[in-house]
Amino acid sequence: MIKETIEEKVENQKIEIQLLLEAINIKYGYDFRNYSSAHVKRRILHRMSVTGLANISDMQHKILYDKEFFNSVLSDFSINVTEMFRDPSFYSEFRKTVVPILKTYPFIRIWHAGCSTGEEIYSMAILLKEEGLYDRTQIYATDFNAIVLEKAKEGIYAIENIKEYTYNYQQSGGKASFADYYIAQYDSVIFENSLKKKITFAEHNLVTDGVFGEMHVILCRNVLIYFNKELQNNVIKLFSDSLSKGCFLCLGSKESIKFSASSKDFEDFVTSEKIYRKKYLP
Amino acid sequence: MKYTTVVIGASAGGLEAIRTVLMDLGEDFKASILIVQHLSPHSDGYMVRHLNKACRINVKEAEEKEKILPGNAYIAPPNYHLLVEGDETLSLTVEAKVNYARPSIDILFETAADVYGKNLIGIILTGANSDGSKGLKRIKELGGITIVQNPKTAESDSMPSAAVAITMVDYILELSKISTKLIELVGDKNDPNR
Repeated sequence: MIKETIEEKVENQKIEIQLLLEAINIKYGYDFRNYSSAHVKRRILHRMSVTGLANISDMQHKILYDKEFFNSVLSDFSINVTEMFRDPSFYSEFRKTVVPILKTYPFIRIWHAGCSTGEEIYSMAILLKEEGLYDRTQIYATDFNAIVLEKAKEGIYAIENIKEYTYNYQQSGGKASFADYYIAQYDSVIFENSLKKKITFAEHNLVTDGVFGEMHVILCRNVLIYFNKELQNNVIKLFSDSLSKGCFLCLGSKESIKFSASSKDFEDFVTSEKIYRKKYLP
Repeated sequence: MKYTTVVIGASAGGLEAIRTVLMDLGEDFKASILIVQHLSPHSDGYMVRHLNKACRINVKEAEEKEKILPGNAYIAPPNYHLLVEGDETLSLTVEAKVNYARPSIDILFETAADVYGKNLIGIILTGANSDGSKGLKRIKELGGITIVQNPKTAESDSMPSAAVAITMVDYILELSKISTKLIELVGDKNDPNR
């Protein structure tokens, strides 16, 4: 038997990954086939080494027969590295440019798509409270991962990050003292219940699910980077279909709609912060 | 062998070291260059502007889903990992730090090795931790060329030392000699073989 060359191994792994993603889609209905392939490979190899599996085909087998194991793979695919008021300049610009327009609406609907563990939702809730908009807003927080959604609902975070979060809050134009919004308990901080009143949490998968309502603001920050171009295209169309005219799509600071077919539906509103506005006329 | 792509990793002392390497390359340099320099998450793009002014080759911040083209040097943005996709585009992720770093040199080198294999040149420059050693090893495994700045004369020797400790690198060079080697390997417009 001739030992495979390393190039063959890389090629074979590509095939194994494709099959593994097919298996996940067929068995569990989660479609990762259009996620960015370099990212998917890293997530799979990481889980393989942590579990001590010999190869990707063995991992596929385990995924099919062990639901617990599949759940751990599922959380691998949902990247949950986030912070309160991440990219403070985004929140600062949002206050300056989007909030004055929202103030003219009698009611406001905001969708956090891919809300992860919720830091972004509570950041926006604090901002809305400070701007006097919270009570007329309904916030929808969705993610495909039920486990992080539960975390988001709790609003409890590790205390070790609080210094950084406070700095971010201040840089973003926060009007109060950040400590007013949480209680510290042991090694955690718990965000105030009053911030949760107008938030509805629900499972929603950007790959497979559709429009569920007409929004005034959609935030989807550092989610699209994990998708390939084709999937990004589909998701941006979903967002365009879910937005009222003249309303706002907010992406992550390194993301863009420019490669998508729906880019013609939008105009740049704050270019540097990737805030886009849906045009009134097509 | 046609080398189409160069990946460079650096940390402490990297700004000057990278400038030295890029400065001698012509604007028609036939390969693309991907760079991870460990930066503070609050960096403001100074490095890109500074390098672009000092060098003839086009230096820019790597953009999400951008196609990798020769004659360009793409620098990983602060606080994102930079990856190479199978279709020769760039992608960014915000996964956890690797070797306490984001961007991580290992992640760039490993994903580039998977895509470019034998056509890749990997370079480790000055730095204060061991990020990049595993990535450089992977580049060598997949048939690429590996170059490390001489640890003895590097501003910060830990990174180059760590790299040579686990891989038989092809070249250990003084900083000033790296660009000459690159031009020799990649060729220029006068090279009849290209």
